[in-house]
Amino acid sequence: MRCCSFTHKRIYYLIGIVLLGIILFVAIPAFAQDLTDAEYRPFPKIGSRSAAWIAAQLHLLFGSFILGVPMFAVIIEFIGWKTKEERYDRMAQEFIKLCMGAFSTTALLGGVLVFILVWCYPNVMKKMSGIFGPTMIFYVILFFGETFTLYLYSYGWDKMQGRHKGWHLFLGVLLNVWGTAIMFVSNTWLTYQTSPAVHWSKASEATREKWIEAQLANNPEATRSEIVQSVTEVLDKNPHGPVISLHDEVSGDFLGTVWEAVNNFTWMPVNIHRLIGNIAFGGSIVAAYAAFRYLVAKTEEEKSHYDWMGYNGNFIALCGLIPLPFAGYWLGREIYMFNNTMGIAMMGSLFSWLFILQAVMIGVLFIGANYYLWSGMGRVSDGEKYARYRPYMIAIIVICIAIWMTPRTFSSISSAAELSAMGGSNHPHLGFFGLMSAKNTVVNIVILTTFLSFLFYRRSGKIPTASWKSIGNIIISSLFFLGTVIIVVIGILGFVVEPATRVNVLTPWQVLVALGVMVVVTIIDIFMYRKATSSGIINWGKMTDRSQYVLILLAITFTSLMGLMGYARSGLREGWHIFGVMKDSSPDAHTPSLSEAVNMVSIIMIIFFALVGFIFWLGLWGDKKKQTNVPMVETAAADVSNSRDD
Amino acid sequence: MKKTSLFTICLVIFIVCWIFLRFVIGGIISAPIPNTVIAMYMALIFIAILVHVSVEDSRFTEFLRPVNETLLDDNKRTRRLILVILIPLLLSGYTYSNIAQKASPLGDPRQAHPKPPLDLTYKDEVIDTMQKAHNPYRKYEKEDPELFKEHVENGRSVYYKNCFFCHGDHLDGKGHFAAALNPLPANFQDPGIIPNYQESFFFWRISKGGPGLPNEGTPWNTAMPIWEDILTQEEIWDVIIFLSEYTGYTYRTFGEGH
Repeated sequence: MRCCSFTHKRIYYLIGIVLLGIILFVAIPAFAQDLTDAEYRPFPKIGSRSAAWIAAQLHLLFGSFILGVPMFAVIIEFIGWKTKEERYDRMAQEFIKLCMGAFSTTALLGGVLVFILVWCYPNVMKKMSGIFGPTMIFYVILFFGETFTLYLYSYGWDKMQGRHKGWHLFLGVLLNVWGTAIMFVSNTWLTYQTSPAVHWSKASEATREKWIEAQLANNPEATRSEIVQSVTEVLDKNPHGPVISLHDEVSGDFLGTVWEAVNNFTWMPVNIHRLIGNIAFGGSIVAAYAAFRYLVAKTEEEKSHYDWMGYNGNFIALCGLIPLPFAGYWLGREIYMFNNTMGIAMMGSLFSWLFILQAVMIGVLFIGANYYLWSGMGRVSDGEKYARYRPYMIAIIVICIAIWMTPRTFSSISSAAELSAMGGSNHPHLGFFGLMSAKNTVVNIVILTTFLSFLFYRRSGKIPTASWKSIGNIIISSLFFLGTVIIVVIGILGFVVEPATRVNVLTPWQVLVALGVMVVVTIIDIFMYRKATSSGIINWGKMTDRSQYVLILLAITFTSLMGLMGYARSGLREGWHIFGVMKDSSPDAHTPSLSEAVNMVSIIMIIFFALVGFIFWLGLWGDKKKQTNVPMVETAAADVSNSRDD
Repeated sequence: MKKTSLFTICLVIFIVCWIFLRFVIGGIISAPIPNTVIAMYMALIFIAILVHVSVEDSRFTEFLRPVNETLLDDNKRTRRLILVILIPLLLSGYTYSNIAQKASPLGDPRQAHPKPPLDLTYKDEVIDTMQKAHNPYRKYEKEDPELFKEHVENGRSVYYKNCFFCHGDHLDGKGHFAAALNPLPANFQDPGIIPNYQESFFFWRISKGGPGLPNEGTPWNTAMPIWEDILTQEEIWDVIIFLSEYTGYTYRTFGEGH
């Protein structure tokens, strides 16, 4: 083991040197110019934007993986500790091993990104470090904390079994605290570039005063009382008051405090969105890894182990995927609140087609996740009893995704004759599907249907013994039915009520209804199946190869989706480094077209999977011992008290 | 009687779905659906069928049985021959129909809605930022309903003197000139128009017309005139009030999400 780690290190050093060599080689022509005081310095061959884009996206993908995996690894470790089942402990350890391999690559890519930014965009970095200097120091401290905790957590795994397990779990929790804090800090920088403003209510007295002074200086005709009056007018309508820029609109000078810059409009929604996204992404990569290992497995034991691991990875990805649209909706809402023009660019204008692509990809995720769950019922000996519901569930999911994918305006995908026959660019009926009210409705229904798939999987191979099981089933069915009806009714109401009511009241209620149904049904189901008897066995390792390819497809889709939505988040600034404050006057200042972005994201995705595949291969090189002893066959009821209730 | 194969059942379902979309929804129930949208829906239906038949090995084997028979069985030579001729022909026809010159041009590459500038202007005068600008007469709705009514009536008058030719008597985009225009005039009765935008957005669209639209997404080809050359600021704000009063829809107000 020691020998292997040493070998890994040497290989990492080698990779680092080769990468550095490549960068230096392509950068040599640039060094030949005198660019000492240049506002922008070109990155050779591919341009500064592409270089920064590739480095940032790869760094984010690896970062997302190494932050997501410890979150569920520590939970799985805790389950193993409580249930005294070694297989959970071993799986968590295997997850962390994958994480260790990716950790140094994340740091390496972070360094490459910083070098590119400092070299290509010196003025931007000067401005950003001027505002965020203290947070950068904090980041370094956090990074040290993360690194040493990860080493302790990983290398101390075997040593800290037994009576030290509690401390080991504490290290796992601490690792997540560091990781989450690191992400929150780095999110401040990029979110600030998009939304360098705060609500009046969140600004300090000093900042408010500076802002008023700046307004007076820039508008000689305005008086203090007029400015205060305009603020008061907005405060009468909205308790948060107007959105105020943290910069002087003319000079660009920073007016606020570091905390105000950190706590900008989109910071917390991006934090939450990424936090949940990391879990989903980490789960999907782990599941894809397990799927690959399943497909190349030579023995039945290996197959059963990686089948079990893939199942858990997919379950984790699903847990992250289900709340993700809600967090995304909140982020979108905050962008509208910050700047309506930006909101319109995002959902109705420049980036609107991107959201159709997003719907397609999320459709792939939900169909794929359900497919895997349905395939999984095949490994439970009486799982086929729920097969009769499957066609209806497929129909519901596909109809919902069709609605989600339907654009508001058909003009760019129709001929003139078709538009004329349709009576305009909006279809008289299908056009309604293009509005958010319809889309929010179907998202909630897809989520409920996916939850139902999971419920069926959970029940496979078990017979409830509770005396009230019939009533319980009636209540659960009614909850699903009523929940869906309420979600649809709210969706229809969304077309006729005021926009403020739809956004602030109806949509949150739709989400609450969906979440409420899931929570209540889960509670009822747990009690109903608490003392269930087994009606079948789970044959781990008896999955179709197709289902494993679906797991790999899910990971690819997650990666592409993250890349594309990153393009939207960053592209929304359009011609600005810092929106409304610092113009991008570099040769790469144009907003990339969707096709350019898709090409770039595809290239990044291929590089990411090549790197991640290589790292996983390295991580497992010579470490083929210690496979988890997952029983190839276990009774379904045994599973009740363990994994599936957890 | 020979049992119908799963493959045939799926094929029939696929064709029935296409007929339903093309002729029932896109004909009997509603307006025709563009081919690209039908193709998108059919792709989803194809995936749905594939998902259903491939989840279980036994079902997938049953589904593929006619395909395997056609490819391998000696007594299926005729069927094979027909397919060997038919598939390339169909693909060639499809390719030809896609690359051949068409009499009908593609529709404009329009986005759902144009993106407004950051500042709202009337002629060259900056009114405010697009985010902060608001209808100065909207406050009378509560403060002075009689005065507000006058603004509504003024808006009505402006609308029927200037706008109804294209946007229609009932604000539904079916004015006298509408049939001659491409893109068609906006239909204010559509729930996706007024509730999605602030009044400042409407002020911008009305005052700048087609020529004032952003470079992104051009050509816009809209026939909307530059109304700031003809109407006063007050008249534009009044007609904006009238649009919402007539249709019953409310504009998006400050700071709301989509």
